[in-house]
This record gives sequence, structure tokens and C-alpha cells, in this order.
Amino acid sequence: MLKVTIDGQTIEVPEGTTILQAARMLGPEVAPPAMCYYSTLETSGGYCRTCIVKVTKGSEKDPRPMPKPVASCRTMVMDGMEVQNKTSPELLEARKGVVEFLLANHPLDCPVCDQAGECHLQDLSFEHGAESTRYEFERRTFEKIDIGPNVQLHMTRCILCYRCVKVADQLTPGRSHGVLNRGDASEISTYIEKSIDNEFSGNVIDVCPVGALTDKTFRFKNRVWFTKPMDAHRECDKCSGKVALWFKGADVLRVTGRKDAFGEVEEFICNTCRFEKKDAADWKIEGPRVIDHKSVISSNHYLANNQVPDFAFREVADYKAIEDKPVQPVPAQNQLNN
Amino acid sequence: MEALTNRSKRVSNKKLSLGERLYLPAIVGGLGITIRHFFKKKVTIQYPEEQRPMSSVYRGLHVLKRDEQGRERCTACGLCAVACPAEAITMTASERKKGEEHLYREEKYAAVYEINMLRCIFCGLCEEACPKQAIYLQSDKLAPSFFSRTDVIYGKDRLVQSMETITSAKSVKSGLTTSDRYVDKVWKNGKY
Repeated sequence: MLKVTIDGQTIEVPEGTTILQAARMLGPEVAPPAMCYYSTLETSGGYCRTCIVKVTKGSEKDPRPMPKPVASCRTMVMDGMEVQNKTSPELLEARKGVVEFLLANHPLDCPVCDQAGECHLQDLSFEHGAESTRYEFERRTFEKIDIGPNVQLHMTRCILCYRCVKVADQLTPGRSHGVLNRGDASEISTYIEKSIDNEFSGNVIDVCPVGALTDKTFRFKNRVWFTKPMDAHRECDKCSGKVALWFKGADVLRVTGRKDAFGEVEEFICNTCRFEKKDAADWKIEGPRVIDHKSVISSNHYLANNQVPDFAFREVADYKAIEDKPVQPVPAQNQLNN
Repeated sequence: MEALTNRSKRVSNKKLSLGERLYLPAIVGGLGITIRHFFKKKVTIQYPEEQRPMSSVYRGLHVLKRDEQGRERCTACGLCAVACPAEAITMTASERKKGEEHLYREEKYAAVYEINMLRCIFCGLCEEACPKQAIYLQSDKLAPSFFSRTDVIYGKDRLVQSMETITSAKSVKSGLTTSDRYVDKVWKNGKY
């Protein structure tokens, strides 16, 4: 076991763990944000640079600090390593620069975008970005292409995290889309505009950190924060059938995978569950999904007795435990100042 | 007992004098006060013929703005509805079709946009939240009175700015919200 200290918190991790994984074990408060790394997708990570951390002590044997910020998703932990994330002001400044680069070509069409409210780039720029843009040039735009009846591609919003390409590579038998061209001109596309039609292709929607790949069956239906997420499952011969349903009144507007505290789905779901089962009668509903109280999705939704859901250190799926738990007094820092 | 303040009056049971018992001086005195009010400046006005000047930061009836080319600015992003403390706003979005580019500014627009004026508290938070400068609370128009509950839900027919007003310079409030205009006014007057 290797000992690593991140932002003053020490944890022992097995060999071969990356700094990001170790930080995630400590909890979402410590973990650096990640736009391209996805724990369940192999070889993901290393593109976006948002997870950079400062290594102030390399290891017990070689205590020299690393010369520049390193991508925590690709750097392995060494014994006795000391890492600074949010405690280092210069690192936060560097991350601000990374966010600025990610936003350089990103259109500011959040009012139109269906991802708004659960967009990782939105959260990232809110937490780590600058208040305004310095970019004065024409933003990169693309011709709209149709990649099938279920998935809407907005190439202008893409930040080239390659997550969807990894999904296509690793989850589906025949890869039908990838990245064309290079550098600034690279774009996610299907080969000769062939539509994506294999059974797990809908997962590209869930892994996309921005609104580049969105659900066509949910397009402009409603804003995420006006819908009510419920955990549900059904018998499915292709996937686990464990999903989150997004209700508006009695209608199921959207079906997604269950995302954890790091925005990663717990289990990938099949296209039948995602696109074709939009009737509440198809599902066995388990109960309301707990959303981080800082998220806009939980705005104007309150729990009984002023409880604040302890999202961070809880298994996302076992909302039941929270319901059965006796009501605990709200900690002082969570109470509103009068 | 000692009085707490020096304003307390001792009550006496002393008999009224003849003049006091007649009540005439008191009646005349009271009439005098009434007659004096005839010659004072009136506190009321003849509404609606006469109208009081309204503050430029007054928050009256909502309007859904159009841009300079007459296209609706609202894209149904829902930020006004989520900001609304009274939950008075509801909307349904729709996708702009080909050939409707002159009607709607963005690819998405509000097919239905309703404000429940019974719920609305005219706080102006919708105006503050709007990223497209689409909704404003007019300073010169009040929400009219209503006599049935069905009249209270204002749809797009009553909220969207009329096409006649878009060319006049007055209709564009240069993208300032009520609080911006307030701050602006306060700074101009030198009172802050």
C-alpha cells in the first residue's frame, strides 16, 4: 500500500492507483474535476488537462517536487507523495487557464442547450473559470450532420474529450464513429455519415460532459431542472435495466443511466431502455433520486425537516437508507443565517 | 405612582362648565377644521384622467421583448421560471422550423409562455435572470385588474411586445434591468 497526502488528507492506496483515483477515494470535495477521464472507460483521460494537480513532494525516496502541474488522471501515486489541489492558489490559476482554453471555442448557447443544468463544463467554469472571456475571434463552427434518429450531435459544443469514441470502441461491437481531421479542425463524426445504430450507442449521451451529444427524443422537451429524477429498473435482457427516469408530471421525458457524485454512470444502459421505454408503466420505480443540493436540478425542491442530503459520501443508489434514517439535526454550517 | 414619561395626563372628575356643556364651541371648532381642509391641496387625483408620474425603476406589467428585427428574444431557457420565487412562470419550448428565422432569434423558442399574475409578486427576479434580455417589467404599465381567474394567466398573446413598438427608440431599454436602471439613476442624481 502506498501512502499519499492530497490537500492535507492522507490515504493509503494500492499500487498502480492514479492521483485522481486516490483523490476520488477521499471524496468529491478533494477530487480534482475531470472532463475527459472516465473511470469505466479504458485509456480515457489525459486530453483535457482540467485534473492537473501540483505535486509538492514526489515520493519518500525522492522528495523533490514535480517541476510543473501534472495530469492527475495519468500520474501514478508514489509512496509518501504529497499533492496540492485546491490548497494551491497557483494551481487554481493554472486551472483557470485550462478552463479558458476549453471555453475558447465553446459556444455560449447554454440557454438553448439541453445539457445546461447538468453540464460538466458549466459546473467547471462556474467553479474554476474566469468571469468573462478574453477571446475575441470568431468561434469554430461546423456543418450540422445527422448521426441517426436518437442522438443529436452539436459539433460546435464539443470539447474533444474522446469519451464517446472510447464508448464506441469498448462498449459496442462495431465502432461507427470517431474523430476526423486533426488539431483545431478535429471533429467527432460517423464514417460517411453512417448512422450509429448499435445497442449501446446511446451511452455516448451520458458520457458526453457537454451538450455535444444529446438525446434527440428529449430535445427541447424541458429544462433538466424542471424534471424530477426517479430511480427505476426493469427486466432487460441486454443491460442491467437500472436507470434514472426524468419525470415531468406523470410523463417520462428522458431515461438516463444513474450518475454518481463524479458524473459517471454506474452501469451503461441499452438503447431500448433509453429511447423506447418512455412509459412509466414499463418501469418499476424505486423512489426519488437524491441530487446534490448545490445542483440547479435540486433547486426549489426541499426535503422534509430541512434535511440536507449527504450526497458526497453516500452510495447514490441507496436513497432508501436516507428515507429510513431517523431525522438528524442539521449541522450548524448548513443552517441559513437569519 | 410615578409616571414613566411626562406625557401622561391626570384625569379629573370635575364637572363641565356651562360653555362646555353646550358643546357649541366644540362643534364650531370642528367645523373650522373641516372648512380649512376645503382650501388645502387635495391628496387625491382624478385617476385615470390624471396620472401620477411613475419611477423609471417601477416594476409593472411584464413584456416579452423582440429584437431590432422583430424576432422574439426568448429562447425558453427556463431561468426566469427557476428564479421566480412565486413560481408564477411556466413555459413550453419548441424548435424553430425552417422559414421561421424571422420570427424567433434562436433555434429554440417558447411556444407557450405563461405568467400567473395572481402568483407574481413583481419582484423582477425574472428580469435579472434572463440571459437574453427578453423579459422586462415595464415601468409605465400596470397589470390591469381582472374579474375571473382565467383572465389572470397571461399568455404570449398578452406578453409579447407588439410589432409597432419595436422601431421606437424608447422600447429598447439598452439591456438594463430594473436594478441597473436604479443604480444608474442614483448615480446620476448623486445620491448614493
